Amino acid sequence: MQLIPCPWCGDRDEVEFHYGGQAHLVHPADPDALSDEEWAGYLFLRDNPKGWFEERWSHAAGCRRWFTVVRHTVTHEVRGSHRPGERVAVSAS
Amino acid sequence: MAYAESPEHPAGLWRNPDPRRTYDVVIVGAGGHGLATAYYLARNHGITNVAVLERGWLAGGNMARNTAIIRSNYLWDESAALYDHALRLWEGLSEELDYDILFSQRGVLNLAHSLQDVRDSVRRVEANRLQGVDAEWLTPEQVKEFCPVVNVSQDARYPVLGATLQRRAGIAKHDHVAWAYARAADALGVDLIQNCEVTGITVRGDRVTGVETSRGPIAAGRVALAAAGHSSLLAGMAGLRLPIQSHPLQALVSELLEPVHPCVVMSNAVHVYVSQAHKGELVLGAGVDQYNSYGQRGGFHVIRQQMAAALELFPAFARARVLRTWGGVVDVSPDASPIVGLTPVDGLYLNCGWGTGGFKATPGAGWVYAHTIAHDRPHPLNEPYTLERFTTGALIDEHGAAAVAH
Ligand SMILES: Cc1cc2nc3c(=O)[nH]c(=O)nc-3n(C[C@H](O)[C@H](O)[C@H](O)COP(=O)(O)OP(=O)(O)OC[C@H]3O[C@@H](n4cnc5c(N)ncnc54)[C@H](O)[C@@H]3O)c2cc1C
Ligand SMILES: [Zn+2]
Repeated sequence: MQLIPCPWCGDRDEVEFHYGGQAHLVHPADPDALSDEEWAGYLFLRDNPKGWFEERWSHAAGCRRWFTVVRHTVTHEVRGSHRPGERVAVSAS
Repeated sequence: MAYAESPEHPAGLWRNPDPRRTYDVVIVGAGGHGLATAYYLARNHGITNVAVLERGWLAGGNMARNTAIIRSNYLWDESAALYDHALRLWEGLSEELDYDILFSQRGVLNLAHSLQDVRDSVRRVEANRLQGVDAEWLTPEQVKEFCPVVNVSQDARYPVLGATLQRRAGIAKHDHVAWAYARAADALGVDLIQNCEVTGITVRGDRVTGVETSRGPIAAGRVALAAAGHSSLLAGMAGLRLPIQSHPLQALVSELLEPVHPCVVMSNAVHVYVSQAHKGELVLGAGVDQYNSYGQRGGFHVIRQQMAAALELFPAFARARVLRTWGGVVDVSPDASPIVGLTPVDGLYLNCGWGTGGFKATPGAGWVYAHTIAHDRPHPLNEPYTLERFTTGALIDEHGAAAVAH
């Protein structure tokens, strides 16, 4: 069980959250201009690091907002969280 | 059937050679897939100058952690063909390897709990029959007859509305499978090298030339990845990005019980699968933990959910004690189907993305992967399982069809 720090509600039990995978993915500004390879990249390719990972969580059973968590994928240690648009001082390595 | 004595402990079943400086083929990962691939490379293709490199101990990854369910009743033709090829190999494997792998075709029930489940299941039964895969639809009464411990009361929260049955499906003893392949590959000249972590892949121009390891560099004409949960990291060493995410998958066993559970029961709706091991433990599996992880462990709430689901289906298990729980790292692809084939780097091959269900494929995966490596082109059975399908859109979407687990 992990404690996930919601930037609005504070530390809450993992079961209240929905996981959203890698953070900071941006929808293509001009989708028509993308090649098939670029579309495949946008849809299917995600980082899968063994170490620190910036990832999205949604507080589904709480405030229902999305935010970013910096979490280690081996130790499950959490370094912090931030609201959309913010960047944390300690960034993922 | 008479097999050579099956030793309890693997010591002495294979040599433990030091790595040579060069091989024709280096396979990364001594799980079931890596070992089966090495065996079929030698047996089917006469390629014996092969090393299987393993960072830990032989078959200590997902091969040692799975719930050992074997079946071939997937929905899509591509899947049914591949998994049924594997099942036909399972049926002769103890004799072939002269080692009892305790393959038990006790039948697998996939329960349906809603009208949509029923429709999807019946559709899958019809598809399987067209594919030549054995499949039956059972009413709740027939489910009860086949597996008397299942609760088919209509008062359950998610009542059992029926089930598909594949009689040829079942379980095998995963350790024995690994040791049997290891012994047979070793006897054909393959070097099995434990405690040898691959830390780099060397590429010159567009061609792979070998690997860097914790025991020094090894040159190889061909390098074949079979590293399950760690494939993203290995592919990254050759500059490739894979459509793969690594997740924890957990399982647990109870204390030993008298024989009470005659088959395998799976339920994707309440999400648990249960069988009874040869020794007598109940073996229970769950779904993946939702987050990415390489930690080989997951959250306790997943175990709690899986036990709640099991008790709903098997009220008689309420007093059984949990003996141990564990987790593995599984590699999930976007369409819940594996990637087996060539890569943009010449001589570098990929076998990954089997997610929660690759144990059942072990002989078939090894068979087609060995063919792919030997001929530098896929076997007809793994032709659809390319990396390019995520660009072309020719997905094999088992996630939406046969549901997730195993
Ligand atoms: C809890 C659980 C239950 C499961 N239940 C079932 C089931 O009932 N039925 C089913 O069909 N499937 C099941 N699976 C899935 C199945 O176990 C896997 O799909 C399958 O084992 C993957 O292939 P493999 O055996 O080669 O992988 P593994 O046994 O994981 O082999 C990969 C090997 O690569 C090694 N490796 C990784 N990185 C490196 C490196 N850099 N250098 C050298 N070696 C490296 C690892 O140490 C490991 O030994 C389950 C999995 C888990 C975790
Ligand atoms: Zn919140």
